[in-house]
Amino acid sequence: MAEATHATAPTEVTSATKRTSKSLPESVFAWLLIGPAMLFIAVIVAWPLAETIRLSFMEAGLGGEEYVGLANYQELAESRKFHQTIVRTFYWMFLSVGLKLILGLIGATLLNAAVPGRGLFRVLVMPPWIIPMAIGMIGWLWLYNGYFGVLSGTMMSLGITDGPFEFLAYKQSAFYSAVVADVWVGTPMVTLFFLAAMQGVSRDLYEAAWVDGAGRWYRFRRITIPQIMPVIVSMSLLSAIFTFNSFEIIWILTEGGPRSATTTLIVDTYKTAISNFKFGEGSARAVIIVILLGIFSLLYLNVLKYVNRKYGTK
Amino acid sequence: MMDKYTKLQMAGIYLAITVFLIFILLPFFEMFMASLRPLNHLFRSPYQFWSDDFSFQAYSDMWETVPLLGRYIFNSVFIATSVTLITMVFVVPAAYAYARLDFPFKNGSLAIFLGVNMFTGAVLLIPLYRVLRSMSLLNTYWAMIIPGVAFLIPTGIWLLRSYLEKIPRELEEAAFVDGASRMYTLRRVVLPLATPGLIVVGTAVFIGAYAQQFLFAITFNQQRELQPLPAGLFEFIGYQDVTWNQMMAAALTGILPVMVIFLFLQKYLVAGLTAGAVKE
Repeated sequence: MAEATHATAPTEVTSATKRTSKSLPESVFAWLLIGPAMLFIAVIVAWPLAETIRLSFMEAGLGGEEYVGLANYQELAESRKFHQTIVRTFYWMFLSVGLKLILGLIGATLLNAAVPGRGLFRVLVMPPWIIPMAIGMIGWLWLYNGYFGVLSGTMMSLGITDGPFEFLAYKQSAFYSAVVADVWVGTPMVTLFFLAAMQGVSRDLYEAAWVDGAGRWYRFRRITIPQIMPVIVSMSLLSAIFTFNSFEIIWILTEGGPRSATTTLIVDTYKTAISNFKFGEGSARAVIIVILLGIFSLLYLNVLKYVNRKYGTK
Repeated sequence: MMDKYTKLQMAGIYLAITVFLIFILLPFFEMFMASLRPLNHLFRSPYQFWSDDFSFQAYSDMWETVPLLGRYIFNSVFIATSVTLITMVFVVPAAYAYARLDFPFKNGSLAIFLGVNMFTGAVLLIPLYRVLRSMSLLNTYWAMIIPGVAFLIPTGIWLLRSYLEKIPRELEEAAFVDGASRMYTLRRVVLPLATPGLIVVGTAVFIGAYAQQFLFAITFNQQRELQPLPAGLFEFIGYQDVTWNQMMAAALTGILPVMVIFLFLQKYLVAGLTAGAVKE
């Protein structure tokens, strides 16, 4: 009987309103589907997160743990070294994300140009994104090698430096070398997202502008950029989060050295907790990272909502 | 006509693309060049671009320098495959729920999943280490598989959801009308239709799983035989010297599996990945 009435019902009946009998209610079914994934995340991510918060109030090492209240945080608040680490982390993030966005925009514009071979170019941009970072960094270790690397070698033959230049041995050059490697890893993703967005922009807009005599630069500024704005915003925040979290790149290139020049928050946390077994102090750092990331995420969701409302989505 | 370029503009575009691609591909090129050079030539300073003694010797020597190399590559593929299969088991039902069903706390729970993407393993390593230890999973494959799955579930849900949303609802509704149960509809109607999407998302998850092994491996696993390639590669850095040429050869061999998969599916992958995240 129930089937008969449904069969004759108007077609716009949604799955939400139909089949209340015989099968599970929609919300129960939905939670049965999501449940396993949620539970897994709860055990492997949420619970450890709670543990991190608990441990941050402890003096904990390999031996045991003891409640110390806010002592770990107080220590961080007073540590000049830690302040420098925070400043360095943000500098690292802004510099690297800025470069990724600029390069991504340039790259996407180039790959979007209607020239023969662009399909091939698009494929050639991908590798840094899809290979294990650790393997890419082995390549960069080799490039940065002072005696045998191509960069130092080229600089020597051009007469920029007299002798071999070890990129990763000096504070300044190590920091910027790590930034370049990080930009190398992150640029392909940004480029391809921008490219996808650019290809989604309606040709009519360009043609209308072209008919009106608008030049390429004008069309880029007045059509392309506003049209892909939602993607620019979401990519800048996403890649800010990735860059903030970037661990392997720095760890493999410099392990945070020389003399802490490349120690970002995440590297500092790893060194404190895993290398030195100071679980409590490490956890306090991790909690600070979580708070900063939480702020990012909220910002991300809100800015995205705002931009989507303003520019609309397709 | 609008897209017509003058010869000069064409040249400029190609030049710029070339510079861009040099930046992207230089490390790979140099790794390849290094892998072709005999070790003593490699250590010739200053850098020389060309030499006449290129050979593929390193590609056969590397298996002897690091006897477990084959094992490391196998481990990498094995871990990535396991992570992918387990992840998909969790992802498929959840993505379907988010694509099709209406239920309380839908947006909230999706936000929680996506929130996981904001943290990398590094933040959670300390307690995760203890969780794995209490389950006595340290120094097993599971120590690298379980965290891997956790960090790929959100991405998988996100990508597959946007794919499923594009499948027309009518077929499902027809099945409902015919009295099929929800589970039956999901298994027999939705999944077959979603197969291309499942392959794309599965491949994306595999690539992610292959790429993310280093951190979990160096932190949760001390057993050499279980180490994946990105961690095992560092064995070429010996006590005395670094056999750079063989290390590069091994690194390039190690990225071959993902590159092959990628080349076959690149068209769908790029579209699938970017479409999923551009939306909303």
